[in-house]
Amino acid sequence: MPSMFIRVDADSSVHSNAELAKKLTEICPVDIFAQNPDGTLRIVEDNLDECVLCDLCVEACPPGAIKVVKLYEG
Amino acid sequence: MRFYEYEAKTLLGKQGIPLPKNGTANTPEEAARLAGEIGGPAVLKSQVLSGGRMKAGGIKFADSPDEARSAAEVILKLEIGGQLPRSVLVEAKANVRKEYYAGVIYDAVAKRPLLIFSDMGGIDIEEVAEQHPDHVARMHFSSLLPLSDYKVKETIASIGVTGGELTGLVPIVTRLARTFLQYDLTLAEINPLAQLDTGRFICLDCHIDMEEEARDRHTALLNELGVKREETRMARPPTPFEIKGAEVDAKDTRGVAGRVVEFDGNLGLIIGAGGGSLTLFDAVRKHGGKAANYCEIGGNPSVTKACELTKLILSKPGVEKIAVMMNVVSNTRVDIMARGVIKGVVESGYDPAEKIAIFRIPGSWEDEGFKILRKYGVEYCDRSVSMNEAARRAVEKVKKG
Repeated sequence: MPSMFIRVDADSSVHSNAELAKKLTEICPVDIFAQNPDGTLRIVEDNLDECVLCDLCVEACPPGAIKVVKLYEG
Repeated sequence: MRFYEYEAKTLLGKQGIPLPKNGTANTPEEAARLAGEIGGPAVLKSQVLSGGRMKAGGIKFADSPDEARSAAEVILKLEIGGQLPRSVLVEAKANVRKEYYAGVIYDAVAKRPLLIFSDMGGIDIEEVAEQHPDHVARMHFSSLLPLSDYKVKETIASIGVTGGELTGLVPIVTRLARTFLQYDLTLAEINPLAQLDTGRFICLDCHIDMEEEARDRHTALLNELGVKREETRMARPPTPFEIKGAEVDAKDTRGVAGRVVEFDGNLGLIIGAGGGSLTLFDAVRKHGGKAANYCEIGGNPSVTKACELTKLILSKPGVEKIAVMMNVVSNTRVDIMARGVIKGVVESGYDPAEKIAIFRIPGSWEDEGFKILRKYGVEYCDRSVSMNEAARRAVEKVKKG
């Protein structure tokens, strides 16, 4: 089932950056990020609703490169 | 966590409480051999966790090894309270002069252990307390300070026990109370505590329950008694619903969403936090509600865990609505619980606004949680609404349909 509460938007510069993808994979406490075999970023849809809104991913990326969207707002 | 009688007696024997000569048998032949070793009349007792053994035919007497073999053959095949016996306890039959009662329970209101003693043993202590209150002595004691023999002596003497009887009873009852403290028990009861024709005192039957949460503190004892980790040791075997509940809890280490107990009502309960489960369950009953289940939530379970528990409860036939109610939470997040429960309801094919009678989880991240609940039209309340009132509202909603 698709996520109901949280969506994560990462721009293409984040997706293609293997080093950043590794960092995101390591810091997310609920495993929302993973790396594809080629090192690019993969967002694990099944885990999106587990997001604890810690913003570690936002802080790890350049400003505005990643957004955590609360689907229940607005 | 309940012990079989043979295990309870092993524990009491280790503590120096006198027991009849006994052994456990898993076959009629073993029972005959044990009866032969006893060398006199024996009593054979089914080892099940439920009560009512005598009425069900699970206790028989034998004057010879052959009779013991026949009795064991019957007992080992006899189901009591839905349970087949684990074994048969074969014990020397005692010549009893008088029967006493000694028990220790934890008095949750007084928040102290309570020693209960009576000179009318062998029958239910509740019956004695009701019909012969002057034959029941009670004493609260500290769970922190050492228990003195003289306090026990005073208690027993307060109902008129004197002389050799008093001298003989005090060490046994004191050891029982100390065993209660040492092993984190919730019940330690000897009934009857018999005085034999010889004047000696002996434990003829006993019940011992250990606090479930204390199992890890007593692994040495449990290993010695052969109690396996996976044994729930409840008075009845878990239902498939309860087994699934345990699986939900075990699948994910984040937080607790378990201890599911099945009832046959129409209001599913997702409850917990700091004693909240018991309080809320009682409140639902007080307002005339019929709970479909009991459970305990706490420690910030994941969205998945709360979702799976919700789905399990909603899958139970007869559940009309669910009430999500907790005490004020600090380490459980309201928004995470809201997500999990709503997801569970939606994945079960229902509208959260219809299916959730009330959501009352105040505490950390409640503003975020309330945003989610508003979005899905779920009735919620904060800490200004008591748990009692929340339960009342939930019950009323179910009654209205």
